[in-house]
Amino acid sequence: MTSNPPKLSFESRTEWLRGEGRAADVVMSSRVRLARNLAGCPFPHRGTRVHRQASLQLCRRAIIGAQLSPTILWADLHQATPLERLLLVERHLISKHHSKTRPCQGPPGPGPDDPRGVAISLPDERISIMVNEEDHLRIQVIRTGLALGQCWEEIDVVDNRLEAQLPYAYSQRFGYLTACPTNVGTGLRMSVMLHLPGLRLTGDIDRVKRAATDMNLAVRGFYGEGSDAAGDFYQISNQTTLGKTERQVLDELESQIIPKVIEYERVARRTIVTKRLGAIEDQIYRALGILSNARLVSTEEAMQLLSHLRLGAVLGLLKNIDQAVVNHLMLLVQPAHLQKVLGREMDQDQRRSARADLLRSKLAR
Amino acid sequence: MKCDRCDNEATVQEISIRNGARIEIHLCEQCARQAGLAAQTATPLAELLTKYVLATGIGATIPARSMPATECPKCKLSWDEFRRVDRLGCPDCYAAFEGQLGPLLERAHEGGLRHAGKVPARAGRRHAGRSEQDPVADLAQRVAALRKQLEQAVATEQYEKAAGLRDQIRRLEDMSAGPAAGTLPDQ
Repeated sequence: MTSNPPKLSFESRTEWLRGEGRAADVVMSSRVRLARNLAGCPFPHRGTRVHRQASLQLCRRAIIGAQLSPTILWADLHQATPLERLLLVERHLISKHHSKTRPCQGPPGPGPDDPRGVAISLPDERISIMVNEEDHLRIQVIRTGLALGQCWEEIDVVDNRLEAQLPYAYSQRFGYLTACPTNVGTGLRMSVMLHLPGLRLTGDIDRVKRAATDMNLAVRGFYGEGSDAAGDFYQISNQTTLGKTERQVLDELESQIIPKVIEYERVARRTIVTKRLGAIEDQIYRALGILSNARLVSTEEAMQLLSHLRLGAVLGLLKNIDQAVVNHLMLLVQPAHLQKVLGREMDQDQRRSARADLLRSKLAR
Repeated sequence: MKCDRCDNEATVQEISIRNGARIEIHLCEQCARQAGLAAQTATPLAELLTKYVLATGIGATIPARSMPATECPKCKLSWDEFRRVDRLGCPDCYAAFEGQLGPLLERAHEGGLRHAGKVPARAGRRHAGRSEQDPVADLAQRVAALRKQLEQAVATEQYEKAAGLRDQIRRLEDMSAGPAAGTLPDQ
């Protein structure tokens, strides 16, 4: 167990960035999360500083005692710098909500303003557990490719080990009790990050989004709730948590719905390659041209151009570029990563220049 | 007929007997209100009866928890505040607002009303030996359904049926001596 500050590797050892696994041509990663709360304790948003400190301590001890991974990194987020917190958001290890300080109820007292933390399994970063987010515990397991079943099996074990030490808030009728009633019951969210450039190019993406919404699924962007679909990445996840078992949700998503979306995307890609090969090659090589030569690049532009590169790599049109490298670059071009890699704080203009330099150096022949 | 006190049309008739003599007073609505003889606003018959039946018939035997709660007894979160912030205050809020949460959960979860998933090992041990269904929760659901029927019966002026339903609810309420549905373990 290490303590602050968080020390994360910048090598490609992060499991979900590997670009491997089932349907990895379309599915970037699979993620399962469980929301859990402590019985007899107000939910974090309504707790005083004392409550939050107590729940933080209790959960921290349980997580350490549960031996979830050979190495677990614990970070007290109230003591981390804004840059370190943003770094964790970019790596999908904490939510934006968790990166921000929220005022505690009651009179100001000793100790940090908003006691909250995160535990991360290293070096794979597959398990992360946020403490005092919207719920006392938000457990997540994230893996490369379509692997919701494996994620569920792993998170189930993590959950059982924590439950052996913590009194969970649970009722027979409502299941696991959560701060927001939209999560009550299983407290389960299964989501899949899909790369859908083909469906965007054929203009079918809106139909897929509408169909998913009709099936009561949520469609979100690269960074979850409230984020847009940077670089043609879409997260599709279940919304129903009451009245269905975990297995039902898993079967619906992994065996029925997601395979269909994957098939649509593959058909769209085949159509493009068959009918518009010249146009798609042009788009991919232009993207490579800009990324290897530009002097100023914004995050959004980098994500969109890297999306073209990723498509070129999985279609076999770009022989020398590996999908895992492109995935990793998508992380490195994010503001906090860029500053961390280069070891200095930068404003937006400086970042655009530094981002362009980094991309040129990584993609140089 | 004109009002005894002004020139307006009399709409309220008050008859009283004093010392064996019958006294009739005819007043317009305004004067009757001043004299304290007319209700400020008319109460529809059905509403009056609902209030009567619920207050005198069942209200007395219904434990406080089955009336719509306005506040969680544990964390003091009000229902209005919950609607504003969309977050409940503590695990006990689910039991406190059980009645109000039902329709909301149904909409959010494709009609799902009861947990069907994983059961924590501790709760599993606690529930071992019980039937699959929670008898207390079932009872609460039956009472809620009967209560709806009762309101409908009163609204359609089927008072005999309403009285029968009221007695049925009373019997079920007497039966539910166990813990409230949604009671949390380890608390």
